[in-house]
Amino acid sequence: MKFFRLLTMAVTGLVAAAPLQAQIRVDITGGIAAPMPIAIPAMPTPAAANTAAGSTAALGRQVADVITNDLKNSGLFAPLGPGSVRPVAFNQVVSPDFLYWGGTGAQALVQGFVQANGDGTLTVGCYLYDVFARSEMTRQGFVVPPAQWRRAAHKCADTVYTRLTGEGPYFDSRVVYVSETGPKNNRTKRLAIMDQDGANHRFITNGQNIVLTPRYSPDGSKIVYMTFAGKQPRVYIYDVGTGTQRLIVQQANMTFSPRFSPDGRYIVFSIAVNGNTDIYRVSASGGSPQRLTTSPGIDTAASYSPDGSKIVFESDRSGVQQIYVMNADGSNQQRISFGSGRYATPVWSPRGDLIAFTKIGGGFSIGVMTPNGGGEKILTGGWQDEGPSWSPNGRVIMFFRTGQGSGKADLWLVDLTGVNERPVPTPLDGSDPSWGPLLP
Amino acid sequence: MKNITTKLLLTASLIAVAGCAKKKPEELPPPPPAQTTPAMPEQPTGPVSSAPVPGSRADFLAQAGSDTVLFDTDQYNLDSEDTAVLAKQAAWLKANPNVHVTIEGHCDERGTREYNLALGDRRANSVKNFLVTNGVSTGQLSTISYGKERPVAMGSDEASWAQNRRAVTVVPE
Repeated sequence: MKFFRLLTMAVTGLVAAAPLQAQIRVDITGGIAAPMPIAIPAMPTPAAANTAAGSTAALGRQVADVITNDLKNSGLFAPLGPGSVRPVAFNQVVSPDFLYWGGTGAQALVQGFVQANGDGTLTVGCYLYDVFARSEMTRQGFVVPPAQWRRAAHKCADTVYTRLTGEGPYFDSRVVYVSETGPKNNRTKRLAIMDQDGANHRFITNGQNIVLTPRYSPDGSKIVYMTFAGKQPRVYIYDVGTGTQRLIVQQANMTFSPRFSPDGRYIVFSIAVNGNTDIYRVSASGGSPQRLTTSPGIDTAASYSPDGSKIVFESDRSGVQQIYVMNADGSNQQRISFGSGRYATPVWSPRGDLIAFTKIGGGFSIGVMTPNGGGEKILTGGWQDEGPSWSPNGRVIMFFRTGQGSGKADLWLVDLTGVNERPVPTPLDGSDPSWGPLLP
Repeated sequence: MKNITTKLLLTASLIAVAGCAKKKPEELPPPPPAQTTPAMPEQPTGPVSSAPVPGSRADFLAQAGSDTVLFDTDQYNLDSEDTAVLAKQAAWLKANPNVHVTIEGHCDERGTREYNLALGDRRANSVKNFLVTNGVSTGQLSTISYGKERPVAMGSDEASWAQNRRAVTVVPE
């Protein structure tokens, strides 16, 4: 059972903060910003103690490492992590040596502490300072079971990130994807879940059957996916907590391409009947599917808008794959993609402002467009980049890139402005990522 | 009494011995005269193969010639080469009405995940529809799409892609 509380820390001996001047902020509107130098020293502990996750002193260093990694990977910060700066004493946590920090070139400073509580939990304190203004910008405290110390670190990184960028948080989240290995003509595929930084990785299927396109439910408790168990390709809904699963519908035909509605009540998916594929939705608790499209073309890859009122999908009813938007009940189906080439795998951003897609023309690239089809921007240029998935704050896109010839696939990230393309660390190859929700 | 019995026994023994006397072996017939017909030239012989078991996959392949038809990029229509093969498949299936086959639809790697699953389904159903139109019972036919998950050719080139865009009629072994 998870145990998690946000506290506003009241620490005795607080030094009065200097009057607030113009606050530092990361400018992201320009698209490419100079990363902000930010110092993150190892976090001290008020009292050395051993916990189920190691000593509080060691955890203080590890928490700072996780925060450093998160902020660096966002592309918006140039962290001076615990390996680059001197550690701080506990009494400096609320009274930073601003002279020293200014000398490092840091504009912002993250300090904190790790404390073992009497009931076996940990408290991680998190303070953000403006180095030039010599003032505190924000503070938060997080109480976690020792095994979840990384979540406290991600929460601290999210606090810093949101305060300095104005964006929503995304570091405290998990990703489900297909882990791949083996020869190109007989890949072994297993469902796997991991933290967004690659930690806490575990497999949830054993590779006996092909598994494809897993997607998280909005509350992160379930995963829908398609598998070829018994040589019958069908969509299942898997309960992450209990490890049990069931078919979403009883169908004699192939069901595939599933996604949850934002309220978690529906699953939209595709059924292939005698060579024709259409989009249906069904209650997440089971029942009869409701048909949403009827065109003789292939209609698939449906994704809800964040308010649940619309669905974006791909259809080749015009002759080649294009992107369409319809109301959630299937009415008013309108094409929105009109550029040269083909468009596939559309995914609506959780912020509602953009739709990510795979652009096919020569190779495959990841792109974004507005929900009315304008402002098309291509973000990547690999040989075959496909299957985008949005971070919880709608800022970062995860996708998979296949190598020419080898057919090896790997997970990659890119910022929605097209910068900061970077690989995701996975134990084997990977494809079909789905970024889960921000954890509570 | 005792004397008679003994005599009888002796007489019986003598008779028994006489019956066990070896017969003189008969003379074997003389061997036939040596053959003088000219020697037949040696015919080259391959491995000795038995005829395929009727109704088996080997029988299907021998009769139909091929279990696979190929498709153009993004297409699922059957050309004359395909229909010639499928006509023979249909004939075999009608002659073997108890055999149930699975028609697999496959794609090359240059399509996105879901679209290729749907396209593979189109290809499998193209083949199924042709067979049914040519008299095969629908009860004998199942379809399955593998999208781009199970290529037979491993390269990223036109020749490999062409081989992967296929439908395979799979007969149980």
